Amino acid sequence: MQPDISVKHLNKSYQGGFQALKDVNLDIYSGEIFALLGPNGAGKTTLISIICGIVNKTDGEVKAAGYDIVRNYRQAREAIGLVPQELHTDSFEKVWDAVSFSRGLFGKPPKPEHIEKVLKDLSLWDKRNNRIMSLSGGMKRRVMIAKALSHEPRILFLDEPTAGVDVELRRDMWEMVRKLRENGTTIILTTHYIEEAEEMADRIGVIREGKIILVEEKNQLMSKLGKKELRLHLQQKLDKVPGELTLEPVELSDDGYQLIYTFDAQEQQAGVARLLRTLGDLGIEYRDLQTRESSLEEIFVGLVHD
Amino acid sequence: MNLYGVKAIYKFEMARMKRTVMQSVLAPVISTSLYFVVFGSAIGSRMGDIGDVSYGAYIIPGLVMLSLLMQSISNASFGIYMPKFSGTIYEVLSAPVSYAEIVMGYVGAAATKSVILGLIILATAKLFVDYDVLHPFWMISFLVLTAITFSLFGFIIGIWADGFEKLQIVPMMIVTPLVFLGGTFYSIDMLPEVWQTISLFNPVVYLISGFRWAFYGVSDVHVGISVGMTLFFLTVCMATVSWIFKTGYRLRS
Repeated sequence: MQPDISVKHLNKSYQGGFQALKDVNLDIYSGEIFALLGPNGAGKTTLISIICGIVNKTDGEVKAAGYDIVRNYRQAREAIGLVPQELHTDSFEKVWDAVSFSRGLFGKPPKPEHIEKVLKDLSLWDKRNNRIMSLSGGMKRRVMIAKALSHEPRILFLDEPTAGVDVELRRDMWEMVRKLRENGTTIILTTHYIEEAEEMADRIGVIREGKIILVEEKNQLMSKLGKKELRLHLQQKLDKVPGELTLEPVELSDDGYQLIYTFDAQEQQAGVARLLRTLGDLGIEYRDLQTRESSLEEIFVGLVHD
Repeated sequence: MNLYGVKAIYKFEMARMKRTVMQSVLAPVISTSLYFVVFGSAIGSRMGDIGDVSYGAYIIPGLVMLSLLMQSISNASFGIYMPKFSGTIYEVLSAPVSYAEIVMGYVGAAATKSVILGLIILATAKLFVDYDVLHPFWMISFLVLTAITFSLFGFIIGIWADGFEKLQIVPMMIVTPLVFLGGTFYSIDMLPEVWQTISLFNPVVYLISGFRWAFYGVSDVHVGISVGMTLFFLTVCMATVSWIFKTGYRLRS
């Protein structure tokens, strides 16, 4: 299958020598939701800006919808909708005019019914005749999304779409992203909210210091790098981990009432059974037990702080 | 060719003019009318004719040029500076429009506004002074060519400027003096010889001279030279704009 976005050996050095991207290789496939994670300054926005044509690459090859972003920039850019991170909106324009402007700019003939649908989907219909400067921050964010969707792009970039956005808008946005995906739109999002990636993404890429350090199916990533944890709440306080248990990675909580056993999510429950059997043999009784899987957030923190 | 894109930019810019009609149309019309009243009617009645042309009529082409240059520059520079300043330029840069199309949209709209304004000022002048246009075709041609050239120049300033001060400084400090010293209010012949020679380095002399020739058939320099110089400036501006886009100067890092 031909990828919707194909990045090969991409490098970017800014004037002054800062190298923002180092030999980035990335394929993003049609119809998937791809989350790009990385700490601030890792190069997420630079990567997106290059694909969308806002920043010039230093070298490497980038294709969008099968078209080279430099040689066939028209076809490549027509396929892309971009919602940038910063709130950049006109002030005096009316919502309807601004969204229609975007459609024209991307070379599409007027289609009022599509603009109407987009505005309605984003709860902007009532505001269509308002000047953008009279809208709240969340509404402005919606306008920017509407502009990006005005020309029916098959690839949508959302750069930190939910930064500084209230819970309701965030829910709406997740809903919208799911609907778009059902219609076959490829979605690439960067986010600081890892729960967002965890909830929405099909695949996850992690970028650090301008390098893609990992690209993985979300579920595989979670099971491959995720840890599981078993907590046993003891009837009686222990002073130290019994010697018979030291073979396993078992720790005792500070108050002495909990035993904590950590194991790889991939590893089958053999370790747990063995642990419980040993406890039984030792006559250590417990009144409750909990298991917990590590979240993507913990995996992410582990990855970028290695 | 992305005609819808050009049209979108053009319409956006023309809508901006409608919103700022006071500033972009009424203000220049009023200030030019003041020149007509003061120099044309009040002082002009005590001045002798220049050639066969009454002084009031003589200054009309120069005054139209003054507004045309100032408005072309300020419209076009503001038009591209604002999206840069507010950040909305991201959309134009990420859109499937070529450099030429971006220029057509922004500069086309700015030049259209200037031509409309020039015609309004000409109509206003009729209220104060009687004048004829000997060569209407050339009059319109000069109007349009100058509007396009200086809108391009304004576009360049708008891209170069990284603050509001720079945006103002070129029209105020360079263009206004050049227009005043470019024969708006006098014929170059009336100057001492040294200043006549110096004046020939002022590009605006050629614009005003040619424009005045289209009205009255009299000119300081031959009209062919005026046309040539106008086209030369146009070419220089186009070359600069294409260099800007090729290198991404101040637009794409």
